[in-house]
Amino acid sequence: MASDPIIDLSAPPMRAVGIRTQFGPNVIHENLNFTVNQGEIVGLVGGSGTGKSVLMNTMLGLKEPEGGHVEYFGQNRNDLTTQARMVINNKMGVLFQGGALFSSMTVRENIMAPMREHTDISSGLMRELADMKIHMVGLPPESAVLYPSDLSGGMKKRAGLARALALDPKLLFLDEPTAGLDPVGANAFDELILGLREAMDLTVLMVTHDLDSLYLICDRIAVLVDKHIPIADSLQAVSQYNHPWVREYFGGPRSRAATRAIENNEQKSEIERKG
Amino acid sequence: MLATTSDYKLEMREDVLVVHPNGNWTIAQAADLEGRLSKDVAALSYRHVDFDMTEIKELDTAGAYLLARAIRYGMTPAESWDVCTGSNGHKTLMNVATSSVLGHEPEPRRQWYDAFAKVGEASVRIWNETVETLAFLGQLFVVMAKVIAQPKRLRWRAIINLIESVGLDAVPIVMVLSFFIGAVIAYMGANLLASFGASVFMVDLVGFAVLRELAVIITAILLAGRSDSAFTASLGAMKMRQEIDAMKVMGLDTFEVLVVPRAIACVVVMPILTFLAMMSGLLGGLIVAWVTADITPILFLNRLNTAVGIENLWVGLVKTPVFGLIIAIIGCRQGLAVTGSVESLGQRTTTSVVQAIFAVIIVNAIFAILFFQMGV
Repeated sequence: MASDPIIDLSAPPMRAVGIRTQFGPNVIHENLNFTVNQGEIVGLVGGSGTGKSVLMNTMLGLKEPEGGHVEYFGQNRNDLTTQARMVINNKMGVLFQGGALFSSMTVRENIMAPMREHTDISSGLMRELADMKIHMVGLPPESAVLYPSDLSGGMKKRAGLARALALDPKLLFLDEPTAGLDPVGANAFDELILGLREAMDLTVLMVTHDLDSLYLICDRIAVLVDKHIPIADSLQAVSQYNHPWVREYFGGPRSRAATRAIENNEQKSEIERKG
Repeated sequence: MLATTSDYKLEMREDVLVVHPNGNWTIAQAADLEGRLSKDVAALSYRHVDFDMTEIKELDTAGAYLLARAIRYGMTPAESWDVCTGSNGHKTLMNVATSSVLGHEPEPRRQWYDAFAKVGEASVRIWNETVETLAFLGQLFVVMAKVIAQPKRLRWRAIINLIESVGLDAVPIVMVLSFFIGAVIAYMGANLLASFGASVFMVDLVGFAVLRELAVIITAILLAGRSDSAFTASLGAMKMRQEIDAMKVMGLDTFEVLVVPRAIACVVVMPILTFLAMMSGLLGGLIVAWVTADITPILFLNRLNTAVGIENLWVGLVKTPVFGLIIAIIGCRQGLAVTGSVESLGQRTTTSVVQAIFAVIIVNAIFAILFFQMGV
């Protein structure tokens, strides 16, 4: 709600300031600073066990950091009133790794669940909106009445995304959205995110290992190494960054293949344009 | 910032309807806006709809969907639409909203005759469950025979672990419960029998009740509540996480690995637990008899020996391996019947406990008839 005095839409939707996370004596993040700007798609990469998902949970508010703080729209999360927190939470949508759909509800009911909690629209309209979301994420209309256990992995992800979009969030968190999808499905998912960003003016933070996604849809890439994020910049800048892990990540055979594929695509489309 | 109101103006230009929405059209305002627009356009007749988005502050998919209703809800649905002034984003949103395909309606409400259908389904299900449980029992016997032929294939480590968790860990609760049951039976007898001046028959009452029925039933029900549910939950979780599939692929017999150890553990543990329950039940009775009716422990034990006798202990104990087997089988069968959803796990666990307690009580009744006919 732009009318809401609580939210200043011009401020960056999300900012982590000096985050320190630790489990017992085990420090995961130390003095981590990171900003997500309005309207961009940010990819978060890092080796296994560097705490990407933990960082996402911290940003989401599922976990309080041991030091530092998180800002939403320019305001410290801890200073927000419960009501403001609610308003902001409704502006955030999350796609968890496994979809995290409620298994006792159909896909449609899953999407209607947040609407039922936070709006007072009629159930008829809710159902229609849910069906629209189902269509938006590219699921067939029949899937509305299926239960999560009847869905394939890719369909679960799409259904989870539809639920994340139920309240038209401004901020979308995606935890490994394309993991476990076949390349065709992963591509379609990437395109879907791009399309939704355009349609719904989304800001997206995605944790991903999928190099194709990084190359194709991310505006900026944040690299989590050595317990903090030393660089969050365009692909070009990040791949030039001088750190052994980053060099290995972006200089490895998989990465090279992805770059080549993208370059080929660009050449092809250029030829098409000329022709 | 002042709170913006959300509204719209309609304008007819020949056969073109121009919609001028203003303010916020988001899901937060949807409840107010819902229905108004479609009602207003219902009386109008037009062929094309233009959306003028100059006044709009914020639009989301819900708002766009409501706006798109103007296209369909006229006297006749409009043939075309356009966003005459507005950003690309507005246009994309309207595109999304108009192209959405609605799924079919949820199934109609229940009918009155559903009650009969439900009774029918339940009857069939009871029959099927019985048949399947018996089939499971048969399969267990076959596998058991194979395992006994090759005792090396027995998983001793699993059996010992299970005996600990099913048996040893249950000892305190079983003993405490039957202690109080024995005490309560004695109190009942104390009041009733004192009025006849026959307090000493209290010993008979406690002895017969605890040894023949109560200790056995209490132990079986506790085991059903404690271990049977645990079997179902753990096997069900393994099934959900595809551990069972992994075992099958490795060539392991799930029956041999999972069911046989549980069955053996239950069959071994049940008599021991019951014996302990009997002893503690008698102790409860003994203490109450001593306190309320001045029946000394020596007198109590003498009377117990002459009036009740050891055969009642055997009558009680002989039933226990059967109950142990029933509990293990029902728990494992329900666990292996879990499907992918979390809900089915909960459902199966409930079913498993209910079935186990039900089966224990029914089989106990059959034993009672049997013993009566045999005259023991």
